[in-house]
Amino acid sequence: MVNFMLNGEVVSAESDSDTPLLWVLREELKLRGTKFGCGIAQCGACTVHIDGSPMRSCVTPVSAVSGKSVTTIEGLASPVGEALKTAWTEAQVPQCGYCQSGQIMQAAGLLESNPNPSDDEIVNAMNGNLCRCMAYPRIKKAIKTAANGGAMS
Amino acid sequence: MNKMMNNSMKPSTGKTEQGLSRRSFIAGVAGSSLMMSMGSLVSGCSSEQASQALASGDLTKLFSPNIWFEINGAGDVLINIVRAEMGQHVGTSLAQIVADELGADWSKVSFKHVDTDPKWGVMVTGGSWSVHTSFTLLSQAGAAGRTVLIDAASKLMGVAAETCSVENGVVTSGAKSLTFAEIVSNGDFSRTISEEELAAMPVKAPADRKVIGRDLRNLDVADKSQGSAVYGLDAELPGMAYAMPLLPPTRYGSKVLNIDESAAQSIDGYIGAMEIKDPSQTVQACVVVAAETMPAAMKAAKAVKVNWAPGPTAKVTESAILAEGARLAADPEVGTLYVSEGDISAAKAGAANSMTATYTTSTALHFTMEPQNALVEFDAEGKCHIHAGNQWQSLILPYLAQALEMPENDIIIHQYYLGGGYGRRLFGDQMIPAAIAAREMGRPVKLIFDRPTDSRFDCVRSPSVCSFEASFDADGALSGIDHAVVAGWPTKGMAPGFLGTGIDGEGKFDGFSISGADHWYTLPAHRVRAINNELAQSTFLPGWLRAVGPGWISWGVESFLDEIAHQQGQDPLAMRLAMLDGAGKNAGGSGSTVGGATRLAAVLKDVAERAGWGRDMPANEGLGIGVGHGQERGMPTWVACVAHVAVDTASGDVTLKKLWQTIDVGTVVN
Repeated sequence: MVNFMLNGEVVSAESDSDTPLLWVLREELKLRGTKFGCGIAQCGACTVHIDGSPMRSCVTPVSAVSGKSVTTIEGLASPVGEALKTAWTEAQVPQCGYCQSGQIMQAAGLLESNPNPSDDEIVNAMNGNLCRCMAYPRIKKAIKTAANGGAMS
Repeated sequence: MNKMMNNSMKPSTGKTEQGLSRRSFIAGVAGSSLMMSMGSLVSGCSSEQASQALASGDLTKLFSPNIWFEINGAGDVLINIVRAEMGQHVGTSLAQIVADELGADWSKVSFKHVDTDPKWGVMVTGGSWSVHTSFTLLSQAGAAGRTVLIDAASKLMGVAAETCSVENGVVTSGAKSLTFAEIVSNGDFSRTISEEELAAMPVKAPADRKVIGRDLRNLDVADKSQGSAVYGLDAELPGMAYAMPLLPPTRYGSKVLNIDESAAQSIDGYIGAMEIKDPSQTVQACVVVAAETMPAAMKAAKAVKVNWAPGPTAKVTESAILAEGARLAADPEVGTLYVSEGDISAAKAGAANSMTATYTTSTALHFTMEPQNALVEFDAEGKCHIHAGNQWQSLILPYLAQALEMPENDIIIHQYYLGGGYGRRLFGDQMIPAAIAAREMGRPVKLIFDRPTDSRFDCVRSPSVCSFEASFDADGALSGIDHAVVAGWPTKGMAPGFLGTGIDGEGKFDGFSISGADHWYTLPAHRVRAINNELAQSTFLPGWLRAVGPGWISWGVESFLDEIAHQQGQDPLAMRLAMLDGAGKNAGGSGSTVGGATRLAAVLKDVAERAGWGRDMPANEGLGIGVGHGQERGMPTWVACVAHVAVDTASGDVTLKKLWQTIDVGTVVN
């Protein structure tokens, strides 16, 4: 049994302590906005926030979040998170959309620590999040829009 | 290629052609909604019977709709979409076509991706076909719906139908007007429109379009930006077991010798391992490991050890496949004749000079971000329900029927968003082991491939070899190009009924492994042979990937033209423009090919001007130029591109500095 905060509420996970957080979220706690892509922290589709920092949930054992705060795409309600979700729709970022939860969670981590990133800082922060549809230019545009308080640049 | 498209994309019905009459449009009220549908009546069935069947919600016996939409009493328009959503926002585009002609208020339009049912006819989403092949049909359906609404509204308002116009969900005649909601709630509908009337139906002039060509928000994007879009991997059923596949060393011919479960027995929630015995032989020597939870299934997949006898191609390498491709390309006796213009033999025999080049591409994976998966349940009646995102349901259903030894009509594929398609999900072969496991276990099974097994199970794009021989006459003029294209053929492996026949009536070819070779340049003599690489074909399952043929074939064509220009000391732009004269077969036809090669010349000139073609460049920098005209000759998008690159003379590394593109796509819907 591992207790942690999930999107602002205390939850108890019954899965074995070595179970990747991703599968606890998806299959035990039924939050399926967080996606399975590679299972080895190489694609970023499974990105969630642990105590505010973007982490790859597919390689994080659930025991590692004991007593910590986990935020998923469903619970991303901070001003930065809302700005990003709005910007994502404004810029029509998603194509197939499968990677986008992870992209948004990674982008939210960036903007929380760096509210006004340069192009290079965006690329550096985002280059571990793969998009097979190649939506990268719009991802960058939406992050800049969110950073500018919603104004499309 | 046109032949193949016609075969596969004509409004087929899933029923025998003999049993169907010509296309018509019917409308009727079901509950409080107006149902409208365009399709084919079953012969012997009257339109009144069809209208009644439509109103009762059961179309399957009397009618095969190609498009079916409804307007409820609140004026909301719901359009059923048979195409798969995998990033192209197809539901929005197709709905726009219907809504524009219907005169709907776009803010009240929504759509639904439907499950498989024979009444939908052929379900395929690929080849960039959806908008191109649906445009006329959906426009006519929308126009017919508008006619039905006007007729009902004119009666309600006591005015002549000719005085009515429709816009934004409102029918207006002079000072009088009625909303779709009011018409649907009060109108009298029971209407059939014949094929002749449909053909004469007024379809809007491009200048009158209100919804098509507008920069609208795609209706799937909000869900995909909130984490609420549901993909196949997100599907769940009560009591489902989780399963993972263990794959044999070769796609074909491997045998399971034994399965050692001893290390898995102690895993909490472990259910067992089974060899999948697939009567269709589509999935061979696959072992499925099942458990109560996904983490347990992942542990079990590592713990269960399978001993296979590998198939005969276990030691075939990429380089061996390419070497076989080169051997075949050099053999003048093999291949299917795909293009034959002028006298290539005479051009070669009379050549004062010649040049050759070979272009190869390597295996390319689809690598969808969402790994392959399927959730399968057999219901109390024995029907098989498959939950998975898929691009070509009509292709995999017969394979499933053979694998499960049950009627195709008892298998239903429930559609989801696709976490990437790119052609991988044209084949639903992952459904077979999931379905067999669910049947054997007597409970719902969710089969999930992990990244390594997804990659190994991929139907990859085949390694390819293109060889070219250009002939030059005594004056140094280009007199002919002989082109051989060698690859594994996806259509041969998965949908052999769609192979084309050589232009001399001999042999078969895969249109998706040759298109692009039938380019728009006029040549004195031009021959193309399509050659199947049997070594590739027997080693793995070749797949369709993205643009399909032009993605690699046009690259060879354009590169070879540059090499000719370089050797001849000609300007690559001027040489191309001279060959894009629109003569003969390159004049184009009607519809999307109108203008033919001259449209390609136009985008080429435009991009060259914008990029400053011919200007002085800094040292070790240059401009390159090329065209594309995918997807097929019958539905071209005219593309020209200039690339500005810099070359590091020490390392040979090429850096891309800028790209310019000019694209003539014809009508833009979304």
